[in-house]
Amino acid sequence: MNDLARSPNQETFVLNLGPQHPATHGVLRVKLTMDGEYIVDAEPVLGYVHRMHEKMGENRTWVQFMPNTARLDYLGALSYNHGYVKVVEQAMGLEVPERAEYLRVITVELNRIASHLLWFGAFVLDLGGFTPLLYAFDDREHILDLLESVTGSRLTFCYYRFGGLCNDVDDDFLTGTRAFIKRLRKRLPDYHNLVTKNIILINRLKDVGVLSAEMCRKYGATGPVLRGSGVDYDVRKNEPYSVYPELDFEVPVYSEGDSMARYMVRMDEIDQCLRIVEQALDKLPEGPVMAEKVPKILKPAAGDYYGAVEAARGTFGIRIVSDGTNIPYRMKLRSPTFSNLSLYGEASRGLLLPDALALMGSLDLVIPEIDR
Amino acid sequence: MLSELKSEFASLAPLAVIETDYKVKGYHLDVEVGPDRVVDAAELLDRLGFFLEAITGVDWLGKNPVGNQPDPVSVNEQDPEAAEAEGEAGSDAPADKMEVVYDYNRTDGVLCRVVVRCRLDRAKPELPTVSRLIPGADWHERETHDFFGIIFTGHHDLSPLLLPEDADFHPLRKDFKA
Amino acid sequence: MTLTEPWRVLAFLVGIIAFVALNAAYLVWLERKVAGHIQGRIGPKEVGPFGLLQPLADGIKLMSKQLLVPKGVDPLLFKVAPLLVLVPAVMSFVTIPFGENLVARNIDIGLLMIFAFASVNVMGLLLGGWGSNNKYAVISAARAVSQNVAYEIPMLITVVTMIMLTSTMNLNEMVIQQGGGILNWHFFANPLMPFAFLIFFVCALAETNRAPFDLGEAESELIAGFHTEYSGMGFGVFFMGEYANIIIGCSLAVILFLGGWQSPFEFLSDQGLWGVFWFLAKVYFLIFCVMWIRWTYPRTTLWGLLNLSWKILIPISLLILLLTGAMIKVWPLITGAS
Repeated sequence: MNDLARSPNQETFVLNLGPQHPATHGVLRVKLTMDGEYIVDAEPVLGYVHRMHEKMGENRTWVQFMPNTARLDYLGALSYNHGYVKVVEQAMGLEVPERAEYLRVITVELNRIASHLLWFGAFVLDLGGFTPLLYAFDDREHILDLLESVTGSRLTFCYYRFGGLCNDVDDDFLTGTRAFIKRLRKRLPDYHNLVTKNIILINRLKDVGVLSAEMCRKYGATGPVLRGSGVDYDVRKNEPYSVYPELDFEVPVYSEGDSMARYMVRMDEIDQCLRIVEQALDKLPEGPVMAEKVPKILKPAAGDYYGAVEAARGTFGIRIVSDGTNIPYRMKLRSPTFSNLSLYGEASRGLLLPDALALMGSLDLVIPEIDR
Repeated sequence: MLSELKSEFASLAPLAVIETDYKVKGYHLDVEVGPDRVVDAAELLDRLGFFLEAITGVDWLGKNPVGNQPDPVSVNEQDPEAAEAEGEAGSDAPADKMEVVYDYNRTDGVLCRVVVRCRLDRAKPELPTVSRLIPGADWHERETHDFFGIIFTGHHDLSPLLLPEDADFHPLRKDFKA
Repeated sequence: MTLTEPWRVLAFLVGIIAFVALNAAYLVWLERKVAGHIQGRIGPKEVGPFGLLQPLADGIKLMSKQLLVPKGVDPLLFKVAPLLVLVPAVMSFVTIPFGENLVARNIDIGLLMIFAFASVNVMGLLLGGWGSNNKYAVISAARAVSQNVAYEIPMLITVVTMIMLTSTMNLNEMVIQQGGGILNWHFFANPLMPFAFLIFFVCALAETNRAPFDLGEAESELIAGFHTEYSGMGFGVFFMGEYANIIIGCSLAVILFLGGWQSPFEFLSDQGLWGVFWFLAKVYFLIFCVMWIRWTYPRTTLWGLLNLSWKILIPISLLILLLTGAMIKVWPLITGAS
């Protein structure tokens, strides 16, 4: 049935999906060439929220760039905080106290759950189911409240510092987090009953938008997109950082490569994140949350450094080039969805419009992170 | 993996192949090649199962490129001022350079990050595209062209990706003034 | 209660239009409340007690908005289309028996008339989508037409089954046949009827473009579908038409299968206003189910939708037709012989 779309012999037309469109979750524009409802060619057009964070990085000190990292992926901002402090600490040779590392993992994983929950709701909304969105937001609200109590913000966090954290958590956060784990564990089966086992959803996602592992490699796709194509790659496991090696968790991998596989990877990841948070809470040591002897003015040695972390959407890489001064010489932000979206043109060819939108939803796009 | 890679790279006549300290640098192998060898390097790494994580540029206007000094560990552990002074001392009348950096990584469980860099004449920054070989490079090259004005010859479409469609400036060049 | 002809027409017009308008307004309120409670929130509550004046505020807002006619649209089709959706829906109420005597025109081919009007509805969507000169609207219109064509067939086959069973097309007649308690409803007439009811109900959902079959206005794909370009009351009239069609669909399901205005138990009265009460109670229960489904399920694709109709519903409804026919002819032979 896709032959027609592969060799369009009839009249085609161009459909502008976006920049204002309910399915693009932000200001992404996709120029679709369509033959009826079949997609002949899809060309994402980026840059509507481009803010040139990389140039900003060259105009402020290392510390001053911290808040910028939260404004890339506003749904999983702590991963970006983490990536940035990690690479600078690596360049400076700073030791981070263990308690701070554990708290980083706890908060980052909570943030990852929040991000996946929002994706879950928005994805099912793309498929026309409205209710799961509000359930997911309800749970996400609890996480945001918890994170707000320690970081002071709900979305664009700036919690980590070079060498530790800006402040310690209190008992309310710890008990609140435990209560939340209990709550979400109780609610996840409901989500599966309501959504995952729904026959309409299964029919819409199974065998739709299949991405092969080779295609993911060619385009540099990472994160749940790659793991949904059967590649067991997670920076937390493959390139252990922070205290992840001391925690016991699994990386969910599904080999089907379809939208359903990507959906299942993220749903299972929520489960694993809960495990990580729970263990980290159990193991949380006492002690300071900020390293001593962190210089007031940071001047990493001249050279370039690369650091990567597993953000909610894939590998967030950050390359810093220092010329030995307190201002970065160059700051390259490698955002995961930029690469993940770049395969959309090829992957959506020959799909029906609703299936192409299901595929787009399953890539979990956050536009400010693509445009940077 | 590393020794195998090094011997493979030797056939490409690289300008430098340096094993780096992963704990500090965040990557294992630092390869510098000439512009004519960029595609060969991509082909080699692609054949060995690497994927391209990112492409970016660095503008070295009026500076000597840093990044792949022979021994970054010792440089780093000393006090940074000294390292800087060392970098300055080693330079003699730098010809302005534009650097293109390719980050390669693997997903099969073998931890090996490879950086391929290529330094170009800043006055005429041109090098061949790798997007025919690695489709994912398409957008990265377009972005690098947006920001630095580096021309990837053979690229099918270098129109601005992130910048406005009529942009004729390159904001990450060090001499760019808004 | 006998009225002379002009008065009767006038009473009908005023009554039905008031009924449709009120229902459209308050079904929206109900829908928002139902959705709210399903989703663990409250729903409208600011305007009036329990938000009861919300529909009024919405209505005023819609009416006071400018009716934009964008450049490049076909002005005639663009303006006529909403009416083509609403008017047939209102006309369909002519033959709906709300109570034993409360029916505007008790004509013998009432059922046929409703389906005749129902098929005009899709013209409204098609012309609205085409006239808007908007690609999303055109795609939506094309979807709506193929959807309606696909689902009218199993629906009509099911209705033919019911006509065979009741041997009348007079709606009031059908209801009267179902008197005497819940077990006499056609729903329980034979073991096949629950399936027939299900097919009819699914088709009614699809015919009225309700979730999970709301492909015509799939907001995550087609913005707002055929009414993307409509503003103010242009949109409002489409909206009223949609809700009027839901009421018609549910009313027909109630009349055909659930005993119309008959009370479920013999000891409960269904005379006069009680009949209206039972009828509306059943209709609103079905409408509630429609909303329940909408806020639970994701949307199907056009492919899934057409497959469901052509590969599942039509064969099954044909089978039900055949078996019912056989039963009607064969059963009397067996029972008569024994």
